[in-house]
Amino acid sequence: MALTRRSSTLLKPLTTFIPSTRLFSTSSDSTINVEIAVPFKGHQIDPPSQSVTTTASELMTFFSEMSRMRRMEIAADSLYKAKLIRGFCHLYDGQEAVAIGMEAAITKKDIIITAYRDHCLYLGRGGTLLETFAELMGRKGGCSKGKGGSMHFYKKDSGFYGGHGIVGAQVPLGCGLAFAQKYSRDENVSFILYGDGAANQGQLFEALNMAALWDLPAILVCENNHYGMGTAEWRAAKSPAYYKRGDYVPGLKVDGMDAFAVKQACKFAKDHALKNGPIILEMDTYRYHGHSMSDPGSTYRTRDEISGVRQERDPIERIRKLILAQDISTEKELKDIEKEIRKEVDQAIVQAKESPMPDPSELFTNVYAKGYGVEAFGADRKEVRAVLP
Amino acid sequence: MERDPRVCVIGEDVGHYGGSYKVTKDLAGKYGDLRVLDTPIAENSFTGMAIGAAMTGLRPIVEGMNMGFLLLAFNQISNNCGMLHYTSGGQFKIPVVIRGPGGVGRQLGAEHSQRLESYFQSIPGIQMVACSTPYNAKGLMKAAIRSDNPVILFEHVLLYNLKERIPDEEYVLNLEEAEMVRPGEHVTILTYSRMRYHVMQAAKTLVNKGYDPEVIDIRSLKPFDLYTIGNSVKKTHRVLIVEECMRTGGIGASLTAAITENFHDYLDAQIVCLSSQDVPTPYAGTLEEWTVVQPTQIVTAVQQLCR
Repeated sequence: MALTRRSSTLLKPLTTFIPSTRLFSTSSDSTINVEIAVPFKGHQIDPPSQSVTTTASELMTFFSEMSRMRRMEIAADSLYKAKLIRGFCHLYDGQEAVAIGMEAAITKKDIIITAYRDHCLYLGRGGTLLETFAELMGRKGGCSKGKGGSMHFYKKDSGFYGGHGIVGAQVPLGCGLAFAQKYSRDENVSFILYGDGAANQGQLFEALNMAALWDLPAILVCENNHYGMGTAEWRAAKSPAYYKRGDYVPGLKVDGMDAFAVKQACKFAKDHALKNGPIILEMDTYRYHGHSMSDPGSTYRTRDEISGVRQERDPIERIRKLILAQDISTEKELKDIEKEIRKEVDQAIVQAKESPMPDPSELFTNVYAKGYGVEAFGADRKEVRAVLP
Repeated sequence: MERDPRVCVIGEDVGHYGGSYKVTKDLAGKYGDLRVLDTPIAENSFTGMAIGAAMTGLRPIVEGMNMGFLLLAFNQISNNCGMLHYTSGGQFKIPVVIRGPGGVGRQLGAEHSQRLESYFQSIPGIQMVACSTPYNAKGLMKAAIRSDNPVILFEHVLLYNLKERIPDEEYVLNLEEAEMVRPGEHVTILTYSRMRYHVMQAAKTLVNKGYDPEVIDIRSLKPFDLYTIGNSVKKTHRVLIVEECMRTGGIGASLTAAITENFHDYLDAQIVCLSSQDVPTPYAGTLEEWTVVQPTQIVTAVQQLCR
């Protein structure tokens, strides 16, 4: 059947998983070598090495952070069904490895900008669960004071520039952020995330041309979850090799369900962008939920495909297996961590529900920056003109 | 640009070419290619880039080679430029200036004679100003660059050759203030940009005929300076709006509504709004003349209004 024709390519099982080199000491920060199972594919560039070093504490952090993200998205799902979250709600579960791997490779001075599937990236950048849930429910305690909603999460102090509703519009914005970084010479990069649907937007190629022309430190990351809302990638794109679409810009295809592959690729991309200009990363990932809460997610793909990916390639399960194989923790401890996180999320929801709705006066604040205009004066500087009511 | 290193110019042919109307002449030589950036022909993307750069604290000035080309960037101007300050709860300021020549020129054709102020006027979060003389162009430009809000500065293709003596000292005009061009008693004529000159020409004829029009250049298209306009209406009780926008949904239409709402009791007669015809601007010279408001039409309108 046409629907399942390409689904077999999504189920590339993790059969060649080699956790090697058990070291003698069992202190929590001993290094562990991990082999990335799915090889990188490079376009006009040599891919980085397939082996990554990590530590036990990093593994545990990955596990708890990803579980927190997963739990948050599932909780958002139930809140939406309880009509506490309205409008659009695009969930990120299944794609957590991209957020976590990227965070592990960069600093808070680097910039991330993405589209509307931004809840987990906000969390990764330092947002709290309370702010997330409050914003989703439109309360005052939210990160945008309740005025933005699900698609408009921002955190300026840790370099998270959102949160954008219009598909593809964030790519020129992101190149502008990279331009500003080059202008101020601060040796940081911008990660510009977009989806396989947005990859067909013209403004992406325009922005890529300019980024390459001026050697901007821009890294374009295509989170390819293979479906642009209801349209599978083979129905929307003549050439679904998004990492090759840059033509003169090098590209790298990465297994987006493997947090270590993402981390390795992002580190590599950061080094490249600071020296040679833009690079495209294509993250091969998958979302379990539909495009948004109004989409069941099963009309254009089979439930078998979804459960197949969940069994074979789930990012949290991968980390769990790695932790257990390395004897860093036990099954029970991991379950306890998950229980803790569940409690944390539930508590955040309770607190967020207590947060009040924004004041009616908030309707008119932040439309313009501090009132209007600027101080005006005549050429003789004696008269400060104009008093407007 | 000299005062603040964060100010930069982004646009097509602004650098080495000096700007299609020489507005940015010699700036690239002085400030370098990164501060006066020549872009490829990608309005949507470079406007988006300017907005992204503004989010981090730079103060870019975007030049649309002709305002009509900025229609391609409408998404970026409306959704990102206007709305980001609000949807981020005040976290990001967008101190961008978008400027360029617009309006009906000399037989430039329909697509290059557009008046974009009517399309942009509903976007929340932006300010719009229209300059008309060298003096107010400099003052408004400085104010727009120093403002923390996104400002769209409408220049006019036919006004670039005006010469005027302006002060050497620095001056900054108020973005929301209207300019009293000629005080009077009989009728308030509200206008902006190039129509100011048509109105002044008509005013000469009107003075000879014994009328005393008060001419106000509204300058601030969003928000309207209802203070100055209101004081004038309270004095003269008659309003004539002369604009270059189209009749339907133009600045004049909004201004009529605003004045009627706020100053209805002070009006002795219906507000008359003279605008361009609702047609694409034709190429032929005579036809083009008829699409735009001419001084004779203004004189007739004032005479009818003051009967």
